[in-house]
Formats: sequence, structure tokens, C-alpha cells
Amino acid sequence: MLRVRDLSVSFATRQGLVRAVDGLNLDVGSREVVGIVGESGSGKSVAMYSLLGLVRDANASITGSVAFEGREILGLSDKAMQPLRGGQIGMIFQDPMTALTPVFTVGWQIVEQIRQHTDMTKAQAKDRAVELLAEVGIPDARRRVDSFPHEFSGGMRQRVVIAMALSCNPRLLIADEPTTALDVTTQAQILELMGRLRDTHGSSIVIITHDMGVIAEMADRVTVMYAGRPVESGPEVDVVRSPRHPYTWGLLGAVPRLGQRSERLATIPGNVMSPLDVPEGCAFAPRCDYAMAACARRPLMIGGTHEHACWLSDDQRVAIRSNTKVPS
Amino acid sequence: MLTFVLRRLVSAVLVMFSISVMVFLIFFATPGVNPAARLAGRSASPQVLAQVSAEFGLNRPLPVRYGLMMWHLFVKQDLTSYVNIGVRVIPQITGAAPVTLSLVLGAAIIWLIVGVLGGLVAAANRGRWIDPLIMFGGIAAVSIPVFWLGQVVGLLTQTKFHSVFRWLPGSGYVSFSQSPGQWALHLLLPWLTLATLYAGVYARVLRAELVNAMNEDYVRTARAKGLSERRILMRHALRCSLISVVSLFGLDFGSLVGGAALLTEVVFGLPGIGMLTDTSLQNLDLPVIMATVMYGAFFIVVASAVVDVLYAVLDPRVRVVK
Repeated sequence: MLRVRDLSVSFATRQGLVRAVDGLNLDVGSREVVGIVGESGSGKSVAMYSLLGLVRDANASITGSVAFEGREILGLSDKAMQPLRGGQIGMIFQDPMTALTPVFTVGWQIVEQIRQHTDMTKAQAKDRAVELLAEVGIPDARRRVDSFPHEFSGGMRQRVVIAMALSCNPRLLIADEPTTALDVTTQAQILELMGRLRDTHGSSIVIITHDMGVIAEMADRVTVMYAGRPVESGPEVDVVRSPRHPYTWGLLGAVPRLGQRSERLATIPGNVMSPLDVPEGCAFAPRCDYAMAACARRPLMIGGTHEHACWLSDDQRVAIRSNTKVPS
Repeated sequence: MLTFVLRRLVSAVLVMFSISVMVFLIFFATPGVNPAARLAGRSASPQVLAQVSAEFGLNRPLPVRYGLMMWHLFVKQDLTSYVNIGVRVIPQITGAAPVTLSLVLGAAIIWLIVGVLGGLVAAANRGRWIDPLIMFGGIAAVSIPVFWLGQVVGLLTQTKFHSVFRWLPGSGYVSFSQSPGQWALHLLLPWLTLATLYAGVYARVLRAELVNAMNEDYVRTARAKGLSERRILMRHALRCSLISVVSLFGLDFGSLVGGAALLTEVVFGLPGIGMLTDTSLQNLDLPVIMATVMYGAFFIVVASAVVDVLYAVLDPRVRVVK
């Protein structure tokens, strides 16, 4: 349904060219949940914004191909994109506290979206809005539909945003870190809600997160990004059970486990580099424990259904994972 | 909401009281001024002076003097002008008020339309040539002194281009009840002159607020909903930006009605509150000064209270009263 090929987003800045996204490939099938995971600054959000044409910076240069249901949508004008946005492709943003316009009631805002894409009357649209609010778990929906955003808590607001994004039954829902700004209990509820809605509405979901736990819970397939580049991609089970890229090892290692004895949580050494300093070769090499001479050349994604971009051979990988001597 | 309104009213009354005290004190703090003489009128006889002294309690303690002054001003309303002997102050004010109101209302309508349109067009076209053009126009409008603009426009229409502008009267005021047509004609240039400054301010303020609003998260959500840029600007961004513009307007309107349109009135010879204030200041006509200051302060205080309440009406987030 969604086919992204070689998506690149660059920004021309005074200090040079910033490649926020560099060669991303993505495939989303019907009713699939695809996860995109990476640290802050890995380019995941920018990639998704550029899908919908939400990158408004005049200095941005977006190349590649984005095909939605067979139709190329990258580079379409605003007018051509408007039926897609909110109609066929819904989007949820990270911070629910500022996502809704403060001066209009939540009902008004949901009705606005419904009437933008359908022929419903105001009354019909309002009824639909009440239905949606009830579906996402807002109690007393008939009354709360006339409340203002600031009258809801963070978790409730995110539910409202989800209800609004699903109001026109989009084929694809893009969720940009939907639970990052919420506490853990609410996070679990929201994820469970999204999973349920995937079943009832039949939409596919692209979920962007920095949390491997969310991926393990929700995603069917996952793409790991680092410094704007995809470094590993494949079915969630494969990537989580047998990760191939050192960065993915780091991400999975960083997830605290129940019953874990160590006092210090594992971290990946170093910091996410500034997009201006990305080296010519493998972007992760400066932080990688297993960097070799070959890493001076940028590795490409190889491997069939479970791809990875790393020069380590399978033998070397097996040795590292089983803590035996690594063949060079 | 009701407690909010009541609390605002109480604080408004307190402010008025403080201003009245300060204004009252000018009678006794102004150097070279004999309070009795100022109250009695120019070249009053010693007997009148003595009578006035007694009536206003000028030998009694300060609070008593204050009380009596306020009594004469508001209750008995028999305070008379120093310059125009025997002419009561309150009727002077009520006579001048409609003139100022006519001037300010007309100018307000013009500056609101021009300013809001200018701000909208500039924000909608931000980055393109029309945006800096409008903003420059706004700065120019703000920078031109009202009295200069009024004088020059008046001069041009009356002398150099008089053939073209023959239909435009020189100066002065014709009341609406006398002749609506003449009323409007006499006020046309004053309206445009006064509106120029404010239109510039409002266009610039609104553009800045709109551009800020367009960078907010909720605008990004609106875009992701598939709304057109025009709808986003006109419904979401404008509605949020208008809150500050309305607050600004309330205060501007209040102060203008209270007499801040002084320069425009003097330049165009309109006998409004502003001109009354100006004349009384030049002659040190203390009773009239006191009345005009109180009048002006009243309007600013009322406008400020109305703006606070209006803010709560426009921005639902403010309505939560602790």
C-alpha cells in the first residue's frame, strides 16, 4: 500500500548541507504495523512529515519516491495532497498538549475534519464525533464533545487526537511517538487502543518510536534508523530476536529487563552526532565497538527480508554474539 | 465567571478612587496656584473668594477638602470653569463627548478594516514581496506624527489641490443631527488621519501574531487533517491571534474616547474632549482639567476591565478561576 524508495530529505543551512534522511526504503502492506525506531535526531519524524508534504521549510530538498496505493505522492501540490491528508492517511503527533487548537471544542475540530472529507451534515458529523470519542475511551462522550482541549488530561487529549485521525477511516495511520509524552500506564492503554482500532478500522499503522519495547509489542515489521540512514529492517520477530546491526544490539541492550541485576543500565557509548558531522562511510562507525577498516565505505542494505547495513560477516556476527573469538 | 467580573469591577473602582485623589491634589500641589482663585474663576472678587473658600472647605483638613470637591464635581455638578466664568464643567464635557466619540468610532472602523486586512495579507504572503511592503507601510504610518499629517493633508486639500478637493470643508465640526452629510464630510480627513497610525500598528501586530501561530503544533495538526492553507490561516491562526488584537483595541479605544485623540482634534478644529483638555491645560483651568482627567481615566479603567472580561470570553483557557 505504501512504498517508499530512496527517500532523502536535505536541508541547506549556513553550516552546510544537512542530510536529515538519507536513502530510506519502506514498505507498508494492508493491515500491517510497521515500526520505525531510532534515537532522537535519527530523522524518523522528518521522513514521515515529508511523506505528507508537511515539511514546509523553503531550504528543504526532498528526493526519492513515495507511492501510496500505486500513485506517486511525493512532490504533489498542497491541493492534490489535501484529500489524502486526514482522508486516506491520518497522522498523530508526539505532544498531545499542543496538538489541538485551544480555542475550539474537540467536537468542533473533529467535525471540521469529517466535513472536509465527507458530505455529512453538521449534525451527522457531530454524532460521528461522539461515536469516535466513545470508541477511544472518553467517558461521557456526548457531553465531553463540547469541551475544550485544555479540559482534558494528556492521555485523554491523545485519545482525542487518535479519534480525530481515524475519523475518516484512513487506510494508513502514521503515529509519531504517540506515547512518548505520556506516563507508562497511559502508554500501555494508548498502544492497546491503537491495536484494537487497527482491527476494527482495518488501517495500517506506521509507528515511530525510540522505544524498542513499543516495537516489540506493536510492530509486525521494523526499520531501525541511525543518522537519517536505515541500518536494519525486517520482520519484528527477526530483528528483535536476532538483530544483525551493532546499533540494534545497543538499542535492545538498553531496554531494562525485569529482574535485571546490574546497577548501571547498558548504554551505547558516545552521542548522536550532529547531522553535519556524518562521516563518509558508515555513520555508526565512530560509536561502534566492532568498527573495522571496511567501515570507511558506506555499507548498503543487504539481506533479503531481514536487511542490514553493516560490513560484519555472518561468521563474525555469530562469534560476537556468542562471545567467542571474532574471525577477522 | 461572575466572581471574576465582580473582582474586576471592584479593582476598577479602587483605581478610579486613586486617580481622583491624585487629580484632586493638583489643586494644592501646583506652584503659583491659589486654589480658591482657580475655583472661583478669573478675577473674582474677595467676597466670592471667601465664599468659595467656605464652600470647598479650603481651610479644613485634606480629606474634607477632597470630599467636598468630589461632592461639587459629581453630585451638585456646579463646578465652574476658571476661564469661562460661570460656565459649568460637566456640561462642557457632555457637549464635547459626542464629537470625540464620532471621531474615534469612524476612525476605529477604518483602522480595524485596514489593519486586519493588511496583517492578514502580509501573513498569508510571508516571504513574498507584498509582505515587507505592507510592513514598511505600517512602520511609515506609525512614524508619521499625527499633527504633521493632519496639517499637511489639510494644507494640501485647502490650498494646492483645492480645485480637486473643493467639496472638502476646512475644519470644524457639524453635528450629526444637524446634517449627516456634512458631519461625515467634516470628519473624513480626521478619520483617515487618526486611523493611519493605528492601522499601521495593528497590521504589524497581527502579522507577527499570525506568523507565530502558523508555526504552532496545532497548525501542523490542521494541515495533517487536509485543511487548505487559507482555512488554517483564517479559522485557526486568526482566531488565536485576534485575542491579543482585541485586547489592544479595547485599550486604544478606551483611551481615545477619553481624550487621547487630542492632536487630531486640535489640528482639525474639532471641539471634542481632546481639544477641551488641551485648552484647559494651556490656561491652567484647574476645574476643567480635573474633570477631563477623571473622564479620561474613567474610560481607560472601564476599557481595561472590559478587555479583561473579553479576554476570558475569547480564550477559553483563561476562564478557569481558582
